[in-house]
Parts: sequence; C-alpha cells; structure tokens
Amino acid sequence: MWIGIAAITMSFAAYTSALIVRQGSAPDWQHFRLPPILYLNTLLLLASSGTLERGRRLILKEAPWRTASTSQGPAWLLLTLVLGLLFIAGQVFAWRNLAAQGLFLATNPSSAFFYVFTALHALHLLGGVTALGYVLGRLRASPVWPPMGALDATSIYWHFMDVLWLYLLAVLALWF
Amino acid sequence: MPDHSAQSAAYLRETSEKIALLKHAPPEGFLRKYVFSLDHKVIGKQYLDLALASVVTGMVLSWLMRFHLGFPNAAIPGLGKLAPNAAAGGIMTPELYLSLMTMHGTLMVFFVLTTAPFAGFGNFVLPMQVGAEDMAFPRFNMMSFWVTFLAFLVLIAAFFVPEGPPLSGWTAYAPLSALGKDAGPGQGTGQTLWVVSIALFCVGQLLGSLNFIATTLDLRTRGMTLSRMPFSTWAWFITAVMALIAFSVLLPACVLLLLDRVAGTSFFIPAGLVVSDKLQPHAGGSPLLWQHLFWFFGHPEVYIAILPGFGIISHILPAFARKPLLGPKVFLVCLIAIGFLSYTVWGHHMFLSGMNPLSATLFSVPTLIITIPATIVTLLWIGTLYGARLRFTTAALFCLGFISVFVTGGISGFFLAQPSIDTYLHGTYFVVGHFHFVMGVAAMFGILAGTYFWFPKMYGRMMNERLGKLHFTLTLIGVYCIFMPMHYLGLAGNVRRYSAFTDDYMKGSLPLHRFITIAALFTGAAQLIFLYNLIWSRLRGAKAPENPWEATSLEWSTSSPPPFDNFGGQHPVVSHGPNEYGVAGPAGDHVMQASAPQPVTI
Repeated sequence: MWIGIAAITMSFAAYTSALIVRQGSAPDWQHFRLPPILYLNTLLLLASSGTLERGRRLILKEAPWRTASTSQGPAWLLLTLVLGLLFIAGQVFAWRNLAAQGLFLATNPSSAFFYVFTALHALHLLGGVTALGYVLGRLRASPVWPPMGALDATSIYWHFMDVLWLYLLAVLALWF
Repeated sequence: MPDHSAQSAAYLRETSEKIALLKHAPPEGFLRKYVFSLDHKVIGKQYLDLALASVVTGMVLSWLMRFHLGFPNAAIPGLGKLAPNAAAGGIMTPELYLSLMTMHGTLMVFFVLTTAPFAGFGNFVLPMQVGAEDMAFPRFNMMSFWVTFLAFLVLIAAFFVPEGPPLSGWTAYAPLSALGKDAGPGQGTGQTLWVVSIALFCVGQLLGSLNFIATTLDLRTRGMTLSRMPFSTWAWFITAVMALIAFSVLLPACVLLLLDRVAGTSFFIPAGLVVSDKLQPHAGGSPLLWQHLFWFFGHPEVYIAILPGFGIISHILPAFARKPLLGPKVFLVCLIAIGFLSYTVWGHHMFLSGMNPLSATLFSVPTLIITIPATIVTLLWIGTLYGARLRFTTAALFCLGFISVFVTGGISGFFLAQPSIDTYLHGTYFVVGHFHFVMGVAAMFGILAGTYFWFPKMYGRMMNERLGKLHFTLTLIGVYCIFMPMHYLGLAGNVRRYSAFTDDYMKGSLPLHRFITIAALFTGAAQLIFLYNLIWSRLRGAKAPENPWEATSLEWSTSSPPPFDNFGGQHPVVSHGPNEYGVAGPAGDHVMQASAPQPVTI
C-alpha cells in the first residue's frame, strides 16, 4: 500500500510541477473564486476518515468473538462509504457551479488544472470506495474472520486520499 | 475482554495475512491455465511472447526503413498495395518513413525493452529466486499483463486507421504531437491512439512494479536475507522502484497531452501557432514542459531497459565462469547509484532545446558521473572472467557480447554527454548508433542470454547449442556492421530522421547506407535461426534436468518446469548466498543456496 501511495504522490507531484511551469510560461492565468462547496466537501471527507477509523477499531476489538448482529463496525464503514460518495457528488456540484460561470476545461489554464486535479482525485477516491465495498462484502460473507489486511490497507489509502485532497485544496487556494 | 484484545489483534492480523499468502488453488481449465492465469510463470511467458510479437513487428518496420534509406528509388514489392496513398508504386513518402520510425521506436522501447527483460523474465524468475510460490498480488499481476496487451492492441490499431500511424517519434514532442490532424497525416486518430496506448502501458507497468517491490520485500523465504538475494533479483527490484517513479510521471504527461488533443486545453501548445495555414485555437502552453516530463521518465526508462540486463549478466556469468562475481557489494552499490543518478540527467536529452548553458553544465556533470558506476560494473564482469575457465555455452557467449556492445555504446556516450559536442552530434546518426548499441543491442543481448539460460526452466527442454552459437556469431558480426558505420556517418554530418539522402550534399553517404541496409537484412535473417531454435526446442529439444548449468539460485532447486506453486507445497530454506562458485560443496564446485535439508512445509 505504501508503494502505491508513493506512485500516486509522484503523479500528483508531476501535475503540480506542470502547473508551476505552465503558469510561468504565459501571462494568461485567469484567477477565479473557488466554489464554496469545496470547503463543505473537505469537512465531509475529513469526517469520513474519522468514521472509518472508528469502524476499523470496533471490528478489530470485537473480532473474533463478534457476531454479525451485535457489531456496529460495518455500520460505521457503510457511513464512511456514503460520506465518500457524498464528497464526490459535492465535487460534481462544484464542477456544475464552475460550468454555470462559463468556466470549462478548455477555458483557461487555471480552470483546466482545476478540473484535472479534482477529477483525478475523485477517480482515485472511487478506487477507495470500491475497496471499501469489497471489504464490506467480505465482512458480510464471513462475520467471524474480518478481512483485516484489506481493511487496514483500505483505511491507509483512504486517509491518504484525505491528505492528498488537503494538499490539492491548498494548491488550489493558493494559485486560483 | 480487554486483556485479550491486543493478543487477538496480533493473532488476527497474522492469520489473515497467512490466508492472503496461501497458495492459490491449482488452476483448472484452459482459460485459467494459459490465458487469464494468475501464475507468475505463465504471466512471465505471456510477456515474453508479447515482446516476441513486438520485436518481429518492430524489426520488419526497420527493414522497410533501411531498404528505403539504402535504395531510395527502388520500389518495395507489396508496399504499394498495403499503403496506396503513403507509398504509391511501392516508394514510401517521407511521412510514411516517419510513421514507421515512430512505431518502430515505440514498439521496441516500450513493448520489447521494457516488457521482456523486466516484466517477462522478472515475472518468471523473481518469485522463484526469493523462494515464494507466486507474486504478492497475483490478480494485479494478471491485470498488469492484460492492460499491457490492451495497450499493444491500441498501438497496433494505429496502423489500420485511414491516415495511418503517428509521425512524431517515440518521444512524441509537442506541439507536433499535441495538435490534431493539421500537423500531418497520422497526427489525427493515429496520434490519439498512441497517447492512449502509452497511458495504458504506464498503468500496466505501475501494477507490475508494485508487485515486484512487494514480493521482494515481503515474500522472501526463510534465510533469504537481502544480502543473499541473487543479483538478478536485486536488479529487478531496483528497476521496479525506478519504474514506479518513472511511469507515474509519464502517465500524467500522457493525460495532459490527451486533454490538449481531445478537450481543447493548452498545456503544451503555445499561442499563435499557424499550422497548415490555420491558426491553432490554443494559447499559452509550453512545449518544453512536455520534454521535461517526458525525459524525466525517458532517461530512467533507458536504465529500466538495461538494469535487468546487468542483473541477468551478473547472474549468468559466474555460473559459466565457475567463479564468484567479483565485488558483489560494490556491484549492488553501483546499481543503486545508477538508479538514483538516472533521475538527475534527463536534461542531457534537451541540450538543443535552448536551455541555459549553466543548466546544460548541471545536467552534463551527473551524466559524466553516472558513467563511473557503469564502468565499475563492467570492470567487475571482466575481473570475474579473469583467470576463469569459461564454459562456452550460448548464454555465456551472449554475456560476453553484452559486455562488448555495452562498452562500445557506452564510450560514445562520453562524447554526447558534453553539451558542446552534443550540439553538433545530437541530430546525426552518431546518436542513432550510440543508443542502438548501448540500449537496444545490449538489452537485447541480455534478453537473449536470459532466454538461452532460463529456457530449460521454462519449458523443461534444452535449446540447441549448435544453432545458438551460430545465431550468436552472426548476430554479433551483424550488429557491429549495422551500428559502427553510423558513428562515422554522424561525425560526417549525416542527419537523422530523414527518409532519403539523394541531395548533392548527402549523396556521398549512400554507399555506406547501402552497406548498413544489407547488414540489417542479413542480421534480421540470422534471427530466423533463433526463432526456429525456439520453436523446435520447445517441441523436440532434449529433456532438461533440474539444474543443467550447475547454478546456485533457488529456481534451480525445483523441477524443470516447476510445479504451479514452484516448490511443490514447500518453501525452501536458504543457508547460502547466490555467489558461492568455485568452493567445494556437496554438489561439486558450488554450494546451492538451499542446501539445508529441511524445507518448511506450509
């Protein structure tokens, strides 16, 4: 998992360096106000990390004496998944907001980078959602032996998606 | 139960890890066994077959190019029918020449020199050499191959679109590659297919290298410490780390290029560009940005192609010299140094981009420094050979050939590393000769050495040595005849990337070009011997014993070919390093890595 994170970090570092070079290469950078919903989305994503961690600890504590009916762990994971999807829905809302202002992918380098950054982050987060869905499926299939390895890896990835988003938000807020 | 929870957590983690590591069931059915296989050995062979298909395609393309260079006015039979617009009457247009060059470079660099030595042999051999029964993530491994295969199909599809394949070279410099079909035939759909193909290829290789790293770090068998790992495994491991960083930069570059092409953005396209009498609707992009992103990947890629070769040679050479590799620790330090330095030299591909002379110097210095570890490695090989009673098998001969062409190609690198000399030579055949020797032929010799060496393990049959030696001799002579004269042509000012040299100034080079063309056709024909040997030996070769070369590493401690879980339900226990040749042991003059009698049953 850490190796995958290194690769993703490198990719986004490359995008950021492209951003810096591109902004320096021509005086056509058009500043715009970030859609305020981004900040709400940020809160949603941070909250999802909290719920995920709570669910993971519950499952770890209760296993292997846990029975499916009494455990609250999976419910917290499900909440995490919903929060993640809400975040992505919120990002789509932000795109529509920009589009309504007449800012599209090809309008300006700033809007182009905005769409590229947010879309790729959302795509990566969807990977996390898929992994979480897989963990939930495994939990349902076998309540006694939780897939701890997969759950641990998924939560590391999910927290990383948080950190990555905070980084991207900082870049967006500073440059746009 | 608070006092149990810490204990149970540890227990739980251990158990679930064990379940994850448990061998996958023996595959059943044709599809699971040979097509969508999870077995690293099958995936390795699939990669090698893909590389074989690519190298044959790439070589045919180079024949067509060479034929036109040598005989610009002669028609190539059948070409007129295949490409009625681009080669009316069988004589190719300059645009078609560039298309063939682009496809040749892309196929060779990505689908041969990356897939065969790294993904192919690495997949087949690495898990066995560390004593694992498979890769850490077999499903990712399967995905890695099939994504790469898809990338291959997408690239090949460019031959079949109406305007033909792209013509911007394997480096796809912007803005030529970023504009649409105004920029020339093949720059429409063909170039888009190229970008998509390379992006997919990046995904495939990222999945693959992730697997290599995790397997090397986590699945080593008992006793297999890092210092006991065979040199080839070390090389694949370092290559995987490099590939992980390199391909995760090329992927974003491809995404941005694709957006420039299809979504109207301007990452790489500057303002005011008039192409084909049309003002391009872009502004403000930076063509140099593409070069930086591309070469930040591109230079490490050169080492991604050659480092597995280093590993393969260092693994094979001691087995035939019957002597330990000289300075094993120094060798590993050199590999790591090369891996690290390869990220600091990308600018030496861009000396002509108008960069500040100070930056050029800054890129030139590490370029010269990187030759030091490479030279040390070469000296270690030669030192290993010193005083050895070499067993002249085909694999050993290809190792010698590797050292020869690597030195030849490397020496011309010293010249090109100086910005002042490179300014003159960069656009000439000198560079073509240089990189074909050091990257193309050297890596290819590594692949061939590996093929002759591991073939018995792969298919349980020996390759024909007599045909192998004939193949080696003809190939070695052939490649020198092709690429040595190119250095001379370059010094004489013969520019590269031109489809024909019929003008008064360049006419004098035509006889030499003709000689190179004939040598290329001859060397290509010699590869038919190899192809025949490959097929014949697979069907009719002599049965291979478990350890035909008397080598020490773990892949030779199991049957040929190995069972699906590599060691038949057991894990070998390692008690020796891989380099113990020329010492008295129970097996003769060497000590096997797994000479301990008690394997661990899992």
